[in-house]
Amino acid sequence: MGTGYDGLAPGSYVMGLPIFPATEDPGPNFAALLGNRRADMAGGGIPGASGHGASSGAAGPLRHGTTVVALRFADGVVMAGDRRATEGHIIANRTMDKVFPADRHSAVAIAGTAGPAIEMVRLFQTQLEHYEKVEGVALSLEGKANQLGVMVRDHFPLALQGLVVIPLFAGYDVRRARGRIFTYDVTGGHFEEAEHHATGSGGRDARTTIKLGFRDGLARDEAVELAIQSLYEAADEDSATGGPDVVRGIYPTVATVTAAGYQGVTEDEVAERFRALIERKRAAGQAP
Amino acid sequence: MTIPFYVAPEQLMKDRAEYAQKGIARGRSLIATTYDDGILLVAENPSRTLHKISEIYDRIAFAGVGKYNEFDQLRVAGVRHADTKGFSFSREDVDARSLANLYANYLGQVFTHEMKPLEVEILVVELGSHGGPGQLYHVAYEGTIADQERFAAIGGETATIAARFGERWKKDWSLGEALRAAVSSLAGPERSLKPGDLEVAVLAHGNGRRAFHRVEDAELDALLAPPPPGGKSKGSARAAGAGRGTTKPARGAG
Repeated sequence: MGTGYDGLAPGSYVMGLPIFPATEDPGPNFAALLGNRRADMAGGGIPGASGHGASSGAAGPLRHGTTVVALRFADGVVMAGDRRATEGHIIANRTMDKVFPADRHSAVAIAGTAGPAIEMVRLFQTQLEHYEKVEGVALSLEGKANQLGVMVRDHFPLALQGLVVIPLFAGYDVRRARGRIFTYDVTGGHFEEAEHHATGSGGRDARTTIKLGFRDGLARDEAVELAIQSLYEAADEDSATGGPDVVRGIYPTVATVTAAGYQGVTEDEVAERFRALIERKRAAGQAP
Repeated sequence: MTIPFYVAPEQLMKDRAEYAQKGIARGRSLIATTYDDGILLVAENPSRTLHKISEIYDRIAFAGVGKYNEFDQLRVAGVRHADTKGFSFSREDVDARSLANLYANYLGQVFTHEMKPLEVEILVVELGSHGGPGQLYHVAYEGTIADQERFAAIGGETATIAARFGERWKKDWSLGEALRAAVSSLAGPERSLKPGDLEVAVLAHGNGRRAFHRVEDAELDALLAPPPPGGKSKGSARAAGAGRGTTKPARGAG
């Protein structure tokens, strides 16, 4: 990249004040500041990471995160994700978070190979904050979505080797005063979704549930309820999606993004809504 | 053959220092002080967009006086340093002390080796963790670094302003009190400063992860208004800022 920070890998931290000549200044681009190490990594690849989900290649088992959903409501967007990470057929982690605040007015959720996905989120969060601090203003919501698209595209060579990362991005557009959702494919292509979207292994089931209950201008409580219901149904059909774990007290992550910013829905509220949902199903004579 | 002029090193350094001091003295001043919920920074700055005070990292702020393009370059370098360090290691590992030292080294290097010294004076301030005392590092144009315990003033007429402010300084005073004292110390007895002439920001414990917050518009007007007789007015500086403190790094999950 021609910066003084070429080839900086995480952990190999260069001391000294990063001051650049005017013609080589990376501007507010944090990834350029770090050097194009992502491309280096993609060139070499990860040995043994085979295609087809690469769940247990020669490189060892890889962790996968599963179902995440996002839907618009009157004041913004709701985003939710289950907590299970799998390694092949094994449950690798029961408490993984897949929904993260990207910055004050946006959230990012991830599905796919957990390692690079979480690394991507970390870089994305840093990039947004870095831009805001260097430039003095935050990026527009579309600018943020494009940034994430670039990161997914940079990851494409690894995706071809089976390390697929599919993020879901949603936020509150301060300039247009409404919530917006962006979906991605492995090539970094991104598309705005008008109402709702779900991705990951249980995404189809979640999407169907949301579709049946969705209408324009949902209230916050209705939208949170619908997100919770969709994760419940997805966990019912998909083995890689974790449902509410009443025994351990582990519940999906739910968050809202509105004009007031990113706000996590408290675990108590989520637990109570799951309890009520199971209660309703039982009363209606459906198996919970 | 030309014989180069001999200039005594003392004279050379003296000339450079004078040059830098002149540049800095032309600019307006700035005060940073501790108060009951963090650190307050007040600058005399009529511009609403070209800032003297900025955010560097979660608990670290930067303030500079002198030549704008020079201290702004230092500010951006500080943001880069902090973000790179936080990304490579952990957010907790980013601290003001090491950044202030880097600035000091750089300024010292430029002062002795370059044609022209930087005409800047900067402050790097850090909010104490777990409610502990804050740190204020003052770095001068030639690289001298000093840490202040209570408050720091930089810019033109620093000595007078610091003396005025020092008389009024109190431990654990409220934001409003501190702000009014800072503004009248900056203004001096003959002038008065309006909200439009001021740039004000705080690093406050109540703001969550990103402690930096600009105090502007109505909030600034309210804090500048003298307290009602009898009642003690206490500024909020957006305590427990909704949604602001929730962004946490994605660390260790999965």
